[in-house]
Amino acid sequence: MGMEHIISVTVENKFGSLSRVAGLFSGRGFNIESLSVAPTLDPSMSQMTIVTSGDERIIEQIVKQLNKLIDVIKVVDLNESDFVSRETALIKVHTRPEDRAETLRIADIFRANIIDSTPATYTIEVTGAPRKIEAIINLLQPLGIKELTRTGRVAVARESIRAASVLAKKVVRE
Amino acid sequence: MKLTGAEILIECLKREGVKTIFALPGGVVLKIFDMLHQQKDIEVVLTRHEQGAGHMAEGYAKATGKAGVCLVTSGPGMTNVITALADAYMDSVPLVCFSGQVPTSLIGNDAFQEADNIGLSRPCTKYNFLVKDVADLATTIKEAFYIATTGRPGPVLVDIPKDVSMDKAEFTYPSSVSIRSYNPVYEGNKWQIKQAAEAMMKAKKPVLYVGGGAIFSGASQELMELAELTHMPVDMTLMGLGAFPGEHPQSMGMLGMHGTYWANMAMHYSDLVVAIGARFDDRVTGKVSEFCPHAKVIHIDIDPTSIRKNVNVDIPIVGDCKTVLRELIQILRATVNGDQRELRKPWWNQILEWQQANPLAYQQAVDGPIKPQHVIKRLYELTKDMDPIVSTDVGQHQMWAAQYFKFAKPNRWLTSGGLGTMGFGFPAAMGAQAAFPGRLVLCIAGDGSIQMNMQEMATAVVHKLPVKIIVLNNRFHGMVRQWQDLFYEGRYASSDLETTPDFVKLAEAYGAVGLRASKPSEMDAVLREAIAVNRPVIVDVPTDRYENVYPMIPAGGSNHEMILEDPPHLKTKQAGSGQVTPKDLDTILTA
Repeated sequence: MGMEHIISVTVENKFGSLSRVAGLFSGRGFNIESLSVAPTLDPSMSQMTIVTSGDERIIEQIVKQLNKLIDVIKVVDLNESDFVSRETALIKVHTRPEDRAETLRIADIFRANIIDSTPATYTIEVTGAPRKIEAIINLLQPLGIKELTRTGRVAVARESIRAASVLAKKVVRE
Repeated sequence: MKLTGAEILIECLKREGVKTIFALPGGVVLKIFDMLHQQKDIEVVLTRHEQGAGHMAEGYAKATGKAGVCLVTSGPGMTNVITALADAYMDSVPLVCFSGQVPTSLIGNDAFQEADNIGLSRPCTKYNFLVKDVADLATTIKEAFYIATTGRPGPVLVDIPKDVSMDKAEFTYPSSVSIRSYNPVYEGNKWQIKQAAEAMMKAKKPVLYVGGGAIFSGASQELMELAELTHMPVDMTLMGLGAFPGEHPQSMGMLGMHGTYWANMAMHYSDLVVAIGARFDDRVTGKVSEFCPHAKVIHIDIDPTSIRKNVNVDIPIVGDCKTVLRELIQILRATVNGDQRELRKPWWNQILEWQQANPLAYQQAVDGPIKPQHVIKRLYELTKDMDPIVSTDVGQHQMWAAQYFKFAKPNRWLTSGGLGTMGFGFPAAMGAQAAFPGRLVLCIAGDGSIQMNMQEMATAVVHKLPVKIIVLNNRFHGMVRQWQDLFYEGRYASSDLETTPDFVKLAEAYGAVGLRASKPSEMDAVLREAIAVNRPVIVDVPTDRYENVYPMIPAGGSNHEMILEDPPHLKTKQAGSGQVTPKDLDTILTA
């Protein structure tokens, strides 16, 4: 199976771009764990974050094959440097009156928000690394999860620390 | 001035220098055909099936090096042309296919003859466009030709809804194209090229492994210079035949599953493989883990995905073959000291030893059944001075043609390599003939595959495309039969065709010429007659039914483990010709 990689893909914001990318993965038997897509600051482009896995050769092929697609503008394998990634989950929980306080407590521990409330349910919004999402799901499950939807991960490369130190030196010199 | 979409399409084709298109009409493309009918600059070859149109465009493209163009209608027109698109995609053939689509207002409504042309063609085209507004049509067509013919070439589809072909827009044809997300790299990395030159200087047992990329890049002259400068042997893939002259003393012929013994042995024992526009496909590598175990690999290819896809590469060079070879030659010229012949002598002695040990061979008895290899060999000898273009279908006859027909120049050899499409040969030959009306165009076919696009004979007769078809007739799907004999204990599951049509009468029924050579002694005269006729010809040659193609590397085998001749249990089967005698027919009909 190989290691998990997060690949950031900038594509033309055209109809069909997503299916070209998705078709590439299914056609060549590459694995997609999650895929998220939305327009960038420049509305003519979209940003995709693809979570996939494979050995070095497969990841190299994935990156090359993505680059080969005409609609793809830029491909970055985020694993090649440091990156931060987040995922959001919306979790609708059944709440009996006696569970409502416990549910709120769990939400609080994970710094999650209640974004909808009815007498019998809470809808919780939680953002974090995949392990955090898994953890809150595990705690809420005994209370009864009615619906769960996850965004899939989005990620961005960390600004390199070196850049900051270079900046600092510049300041000193001045 | 405002023009309709149909007129814009025609104006664009003219500006792209298109002289011939291969087409079949239908409801949603009637406006386009109506406009084509009223002009004289572009010839429309009306095919009998859209697959034929696609393969003709491929043949045109392979013979000329320019984009081939076909035009089909929506729905079944589109689905029929898919095989040709997939074929072109696998073999990197520049093709622009225009498909009709139902009016934009009906798209998605399951309208009559509607199909999702974009969805259908996405995995088998380099790119595809749905034109929703006539104002975008000219730019789209410009981009389509640009994408099809640059970088690693391939097929591009332009889907035109009926209303777009009828709507009007101001026509301006863009003089250039810039696509921000598509910038093929032509120049190779200089440092890598230097590394490659150094490795080539050091190598003792190098092999140049040349594929179809060298042909599309037009690198034959550079290849010749490189080969002669370094005195390296030249292995060619099925698609690369013609990139280097087949009769040149450094030509090793084809490598791979049915390649020559020496071409494969040289690969296996080489210490340096220089891949030039080739993609290490499974028919060449055999068992990947045992492929070229002693060799460093240099890989020159314009498509980065080809590099390190199947085998590990030590020196990758992404770039156009011609451009990279030029640079490589320049460096080598400055460093090569004198003639490399002396240095390469031990390696060439080894190669000659392999050559003498297992040459390509067959035995033609004077009055025995005709050996298929003999037909190809004679055809080659009789036509080599005429610089013929040769197409094939897929199967045994294709491999024999690749082994025994030698090509002095590129763009003479039209064959379906990657997809292995039976039925490719005849329409591809017609496409080449349409591009070069005066040239001799031969189609070497099997009796199984010729029947897959036989209907195009009507097109050949109407459009006066005097293609000469030579049918090696063994009444088998011969390659399937060969595998069944070797690996399935001789159970001929659906490989025995039992009977084939009388090809002589069939040709005549279409208004073409039918000839037959039944005995070895008749063959030369019949072939000569066929070549002399200025009409489409089918030459039916009943051949030894049980002849097999050797050498053969069994699927998944290693390159130095070739089967060189029939194993003992098959030798007794070598009898009988493919000709259906009246007695055979009786047996078949009464059975």
